[in-house]
Amino acid sequence: MTAHDATRPAPPPAGAPERKPKLATVSLAGCFGCHMSFLDIDERLFTLIEHVTFDRSPFTDKKEVGECDIGLIEGGVCNAENVQILREFRQHCKILVALGACAINGGLPAQRNSIPLSSLLQAVYYSSPRLPHGGIPDDAELPLLLDKVHPIHEVVKVDYFIPGCPPSADAIWSVLRDLLAGRAPVLGHGMLHYD
Amino acid sequence: MEIQKNHSAYLDPILERHAHRATDLLQILRAAQEHFGWLHPEAIDHLTRRLGVPRAKIEGMASFYAFLHLQPAGRYRVLFSDNITDRMLGSAALRERMCRNLWIEPGKVSEDGLVSVDTTSCTGMCDQGPALLVNGMAVTRLDAQRVDAICDLIRNQAPLAAWPTEYFRVVDNIRRSDLLLNPGFIPGAALTAARQRGGQGLLHEIKASGLRGRGGAGFATAAKWEACRDAAGEAHYVVCNADEGEPGTFKDRVLLARHADEVFEGMTLCAYVIGARKGLLYLRGEYRYLLDHLDRMLARRRENHLLGASILGQPGFDFDIEIHVGAGAYICGEESALIESLEGKRGTPRNRPPYPVTHGYLDQPTAVNNVETFVATCHIALAGGAWYAGIGAAQSSGTKLLSVSGDCARPGIYEYPFGISVRQVLDDCGAADTQAVQVGGPSGTTLATHEFDRLIAFEDVPTAGAFMVFDIRRDMFEVARNFVHFFAHESCGFCTPCRVGTSLLRNLMDKLHNGQGSPHDFHEIEKLDRILLSASHCGLGHTACNPVLDTIAKFRPAYELRLQQRRFVPAFDLDRSLQTARQMTGRDDGATHLHDEGSVR
Amino acid sequence: MSKTFTLDDKRIPFEDGQTILQAALAASVYIPHLCYHPDLEPHGSCKLCTVKVGGRQTAACTLRAAEGMAVESDTGEINAQRLALVQMLFVEGNHFCPSCEQSGDCRLQATAYQLGMLSPHFDHFFPNRPVDASHPDFLLDFNRCILCSLCVRASREVDGKNVFALAGRGLKTHLIVNAPSGKLGDTDFGGADKAAHVCPVGVILPKRRGFAVPIGERTFDKSSIADYVASRHGKRGGEK
Ligand SMILES: Cc1cc2nc3c(=O)[nH]c(=O)nc-3n(C[C@H](O)[C@H](O)[C@H](O)COP(=O)(O)O)c2cc1C
Ligand code: SF4
Ligand code: SF4
Ligand code: FES
Repeated sequence: MTAHDATRPAPPPAGAPERKPKLATVSLAGCFGCHMSFLDIDERLFTLIEHVTFDRSPFTDKKEVGECDIGLIEGGVCNAENVQILREFRQHCKILVALGACAINGGLPAQRNSIPLSSLLQAVYYSSPRLPHGGIPDDAELPLLLDKVHPIHEVVKVDYFIPGCPPSADAIWSVLRDLLAGRAPVLGHGMLHYD
Repeated sequence: MEIQKNHSAYLDPILERHAHRATDLLQILRAAQEHFGWLHPEAIDHLTRRLGVPRAKIEGMASFYAFLHLQPAGRYRVLFSDNITDRMLGSAALRERMCRNLWIEPGKVSEDGLVSVDTTSCTGMCDQGPALLVNGMAVTRLDAQRVDAICDLIRNQAPLAAWPTEYFRVVDNIRRSDLLLNPGFIPGAALTAARQRGGQGLLHEIKASGLRGRGGAGFATAAKWEACRDAAGEAHYVVCNADEGEPGTFKDRVLLARHADEVFEGMTLCAYVIGARKGLLYLRGEYRYLLDHLDRMLARRRENHLLGASILGQPGFDFDIEIHVGAGAYICGEESALIESLEGKRGTPRNRPPYPVTHGYLDQPTAVNNVETFVATCHIALAGGAWYAGIGAAQSSGTKLLSVSGDCARPGIYEYPFGISVRQVLDDCGAADTQAVQVGGPSGTTLATHEFDRLIAFEDVPTAGAFMVFDIRRDMFEVARNFVHFFAHESCGFCTPCRVGTSLLRNLMDKLHNGQGSPHDFHEIEKLDRILLSASHCGLGHTACNPVLDTIAKFRPAYELRLQQRRFVPAFDLDRSLQTARQMTGRDDGATHLHDEGSVR
Repeated sequence: MSKTFTLDDKRIPFEDGQTILQAALAASVYIPHLCYHPDLEPHGSCKLCTVKVGGRQTAACTLRAAEGMAVESDTGEINAQRLALVQMLFVEGNHFCPSCEQSGDCRLQATAYQLGMLSPHFDHFFPNRPVDASHPDFLLDFNRCILCSLCVRASREVDGKNVFALAGRGLKTHLIVNAPSGKLGDTDFGGADKAAHVCPVGVILPKRRGFAVPIGERTFDKSSIADYVASRHGKRGGEK
């Protein structure tokens, strides 16, 4: 199936609510690459907007997530704030989707996992030549780091996964279309990538 | 202790003794380690040169065995037996006491290199636990007083030979004897009887006896010997499996201590039938203390022409037995892993077919039998197959030794004709308020009260001999968790499902233990069980899920009581995962804590 | 008439001594596998090639084919189990595909694609496995080792060198290198070794050649592992 063989999502299944489904997205320990890829669905965004309302997302600048149908999470979980946001999403979203490699296995940020957090903080704030009067910031505004970076499925229940670094726009579109149509998403050959 | 620059001084005599055979590598490393308590890299250099075995192979092999050390492990290496029965007798508190007393952390060597304290899988002293091993020697009947005294001995650096012999006393605890345990066997008598019948005649008697292997699988002994005899090869071998690693089993220990003549004579009978000139007995490392006794028994049999050249004066009947000592690996009880270990390799189970009867030790036809199986063959040789077949149950002739331990007044060895009910055993051993019996060890079956009328027999509840009793005070979830830890620790790591699956299972059981389990985790446990059962390479992986499956089926509330109502609980402790960052930033405000949530979808 | 067995609904001819996997591949039928290589002794450890024969599961790479055998392989049940095994391999090591030079040419990854793996599912172990960059021409990134022992066998059986060995036990099993320093740079390992070319994942990597092939052009960008393996075996009688 190619991405363009149907620019419109199938009509919602019979008996499903008439209202427009709500979609929220967020980036935790990620690079926004998955969001950029999401934007790459290009003109299909218009179709999407016809069928969904965006709740919290970088596109709306809404800071709190409301009751939603679908939540897309980019990025792994590296600090306390990530956990809080992820929990809020889980609480408010009927369907939670892990978007991209970092959400799925921690990705690049998780490559710090083999180094103890204490050594990391030491190395960054005490032995860096650029920070001669180092000290670990203790600002209450800064979220605390977890010992390790975790994929989101180790913190909350995750319903679906879209792998890729980033997942292709086609893959994202295909999954969204399937979900909105009430189908279990399937990523065929060519759309399934871990890089 | 100064490490010698020149390792040849102590290594060369060891190498001589083993005729520079690379296949004896495990035995060579065991002996080499006795010098410093660990294997120095330069010692490995020397062995590499002399044996022509690559260093990576030696290191790869040594690191497989729990009792071999490639790093200093302390001049006193204390290992507490961690079977559930030891735990029920208070071993965990005693271990903590010893660590406190010696100012050391469990699993770490003290800074002065004097001592380390850790745990090991069941040491086979369940009837006289809690038990430990110190530098490989078993110490039994631990209590606070004994632990304190041991700490003093270690601090004063007293050599083991100067420790009270009482500490090392292992008693037999024979509670019920039948034909195997009854005294009166005359060494050589079975061989004499066999010689009158001839090899084929003896095989016929064993076939008629219906004898099935006592090591667990219950394979017909006569069929095995016959197939081995008929297999073509340059040489045939007899191997006695005395690895007895199944937690809760200690009957082979007693047979080796009391009835070694029958064990060796059974091996010699087998040699007579299959035409072997060499036998090997693989003694589990935990029973190292029996080695001198067994060597003396072998020497005596040689003197009496029951071993060596021309046995019983019959020209051409040459057979001798070598003892190989294991080094802490349960998997080496699996016959093909055992053979790998005998060949000086990592104890990884082979691909089968071919089976050991055609391609065993050094790729030659090999008959592997359990200690008890060999003992039984002596009595069949003496009194005939028909007599033996009349004892026991229809598909399980003869008697069975049970190693009874756990919550009962009289733990020890009970010999019964096959077909005895579980209830009868419980009555005899003085068990009260019993809620469960683990028959056959962790890889066996968990029986609940409604099953106590079931019978010990291949056709009902088969067992290699373990019989662990749990009364109503015990938490059967914790029993299963202990067993799962055992399997994760003992998985050889060869195949994916068992290597990874047993550790995943262990982590999930720990999660439930920590009160963090959810129904989701419970499903995961069931999923892992199915994979282990069907995809594993050998019996270890296949049976690793048994205790969990059985306790879920029969003690489900023990699991349910631990499950949170939430459908999902994180894989790790979120708040604890912030501890380092809290410490390093010196913060402790509300935003630095992550508490459990009430309910999450 | 050559002997045959059935694999799912196909008839597969075989010669005496051939394993189920060898016969299937020769007939261009794919059975997932990771620790098998046509030039090396079968090992039977990854269990990806698990099939059902007579209701019992067994490794297709080690079981000899026999006349009339009925083998089940491409079923929902068996593939679900294979998927779980691949997921176990992913969480056991550290597999960060986006930063791996082998991505696109990796058999673990391609097998996961084949089985439709969307996430590693299990909880990660995140082991600590430092890389070894001591060799002038090769890098060892142990994070990705799946312990298939292909390099061990290649070095021993083909190169006659024993550069690699497995060490440890259980989940602590790991790959070691034959040198007192434990470093590849101190061994006689070389680029002409068979062992330099058998790793199915991204552990044994030539230096200064990473990411040479653009995305879209790599082996498993162009075809699925099933098609790739089946075509190479079927045509050439041997995978290279
Ligand atoms: C994981 C595992 C551990 C085993 N441990 C032992 C053991 O300690 N002693 C033993 O006699 N058999 C053990 N066995 C069974 C042996 O593989 C083999 O069947 C037995 O030694 C054959 O002897 P038998 O026919 O006299 O029973 C074990 C099997 C497995 C799979
Ligand atoms: S099942 Fe376990 S013990 Fe057996 S071969 Fe596999 S990893 Fe080793
Ligand atoms: S380095 Fe590669 S070939 Fe060697 S065992 Fe690991 S995954 Fe297999
Ligand atoms: S390919 Fe058969 S077990 Fe790995």
